[in-house]
Amino acid sequence: MELKERYEEDLFLVRGALAWTALLTLCAGLFLLPYVARNYVLFTLSLVAVNAVIAVGLNLLVGYTGQISLGHAGFVAIGAYTAGLVMAKLPWPEAAAAWGLSWLAALAAAGLVAAIFGFLVGLPALRLTGPYLTIATLGFGIAVHQVLTNWDRLSGGRTGLFLPKLFFGPWRLEERPLYYVTILVAGLLIWVASNLVRSHVGRAFVAIRDSDIAAAVTGVNLTAYKTLAFAVSAAYAGIGGAMLAFILRYLEPQLFTLFESIYYLSMIVIGGLGTVPGSVLGAAVLTVLPQQLAGLKEWLPIVYGAAIMFMMAVEPRGLYGRWVKIRLWFKTWPF
Amino acid sequence: MALLGQYLVGGLATGSLYALVALGIVLLYRSSRVLNFAHGDLATFATFVAFTLLTTFRLPFTMATAGSLAVAAVAGAAFYLLILRPTRDATLLGIIVITLGLALVVNGAVVQIWGTETKVFPFPLSDTKVYHLGGVVISQVSIGSFLAGLVLMGLLYLLVQRTRIGLAMRAVSQNLVAAQALGIPAKKIFALTWGLATALGACAGILLAPVTFLDPFMMVDPFLKGFAAAVLGGIDSMPGAVLGGLVLGVAESLFGGYVSVKFKTTMAFLIIIGVLIVRPEGMLGREYKRRV
Repeated sequence: MELKERYEEDLFLVRGALAWTALLTLCAGLFLLPYVARNYVLFTLSLVAVNAVIAVGLNLLVGYTGQISLGHAGFVAIGAYTAGLVMAKLPWPEAAAAWGLSWLAALAAAGLVAAIFGFLVGLPALRLTGPYLTIATLGFGIAVHQVLTNWDRLSGGRTGLFLPKLFFGPWRLEERPLYYVTILVAGLLIWVASNLVRSHVGRAFVAIRDSDIAAAVTGVNLTAYKTLAFAVSAAYAGIGGAMLAFILRYLEPQLFTLFESIYYLSMIVIGGLGTVPGSVLGAAVLTVLPQQLAGLKEWLPIVYGAAIMFMMAVEPRGLYGRWVKIRLWFKTWPF
Repeated sequence: MALLGQYLVGGLATGSLYALVALGIVLLYRSSRVLNFAHGDLATFATFVAFTLLTTFRLPFTMATAGSLAVAAVAGAAFYLLILRPTRDATLLGIIVITLGLALVVNGAVVQIWGTETKVFPFPLSDTKVYHLGGVVISQVSIGSFLAGLVLMGLLYLLVQRTRIGLAMRAVSQNLVAAQALGIPAKKIFALTWGLATALGACAGILLAPVTFLDPFMMVDPFLKGFAAAVLGGIDSMPGAVLGGLVLGVAESLFGGYVSVKFKTTMAFLIIIGVLIVRPEGMLGREYKRRV
């Protein structure tokens, strides 16, 4: 067994030589990958990074704070369209766009605008629980989709919205450079989330999930923390949406339907509710799997649905929960 | 004035169908605390079964309906017994996710079996034959589905309030442990409730089919509206489901008629969120108090 002698040792995110080796290998692998892999693999990994950001954000809300959201695609859409509009519609000077100011601003704006909407959706959540909250968030997602479909002058409607090319100094952000950007942003946000959940904020979230009345009694400001959870979660979704917009360079409302909300939810359920690594794992599995099953496109909903039900029946704690169990088994073997 | 009447009548006709969908959802939530997101897809499946019975097997309409309801009831009960029963310790979110999974599976199966192209459902009442009542035009289908909805609601009321089975259902929903201690076979009652709720959904599907035509996604919108109606009325109240359905149908029809058809659904959900902020337990729901 590992023995901790100082408080600081308990705070390390990565513990032990083995974990450090694994982490550094992963980083090196992700860094070197573009020199060996095909563009298709890079594209898939960028999508994994995007979905991981969205899933981590959703897990902060659903897994940690216990507030159900069935409208998360709405936040992703708001982020994506904010980024798209900032880049396509604002009059960026040539030099600013060439030095990447336009897409950096778009990324920040996407997070900010989505966070504002998250705060607004969080307000009704102060009084609603269970099915009532489900319908409120569901309604939000549908409303965003419908507004984007019908408000042609804002979103381009069904014809869609095209984004200009991304530049960063001498590099044109496509494929390889874009892959690095998405992986970096995702890594940063995952690190922030890992630290957030073990700070006093994260403990307040978990307290609200386990019993909001008990949390309030022990001094957690429910109003502040519930809306904060919505805002942070929405900001993650917004940034994820903005990166999705960068990758696709084309947006249409059909990318953000109720099905996508369910898709994000199934990521965190399959990965593991209330765990940051689980969200990443779930996002990776549910992004790569459908691409590998592309030949069975019509069967995809059935495979998905069956996988979700199977997962809930066999391992409600998700893939990460299973991994923790396996690790524990090896750690304590032969007992 | 005639226009207003027209919108009201249209709203009540759609509202009664929303109410039927909502009743199935409420029935399940009351008894087993399950929000059934597969309700719409199970209903679609049953409607397609009715379609096959009508066209391929050339059965008369009543028999085809009966057959489809039976299939729906068996499917609902089977889902409960095979999947939900073994995972009954799951949280509210877990159960929502399971039913979402079922929704995907059933929907995928419908697409696989019947394809995605739109079909015309042979319905004994006509959509084009209309009646004039003081300037208001009502189609035969609207009258038929409205009346059928009323009859079904009446039957459901009698079943739940006036029979031994209904008594058992109410007992199980109020206090499961006490009900079991008194010898009520809870498992059978739950399975029965699932069968009943799914059959109700199937009725709604069959009544909707002549209006929306038949395609695998026909129940998506009615289901969401039914769900919204159930929440609007109070998710544990059956009269609330009916009231919520009718209010939602009328509000939507009025908004669509006077303001904008495009943002009809958005408005419906905004109204619901507004109502929920004022009354978090819905219009007729019991105010919820919790033990800490």
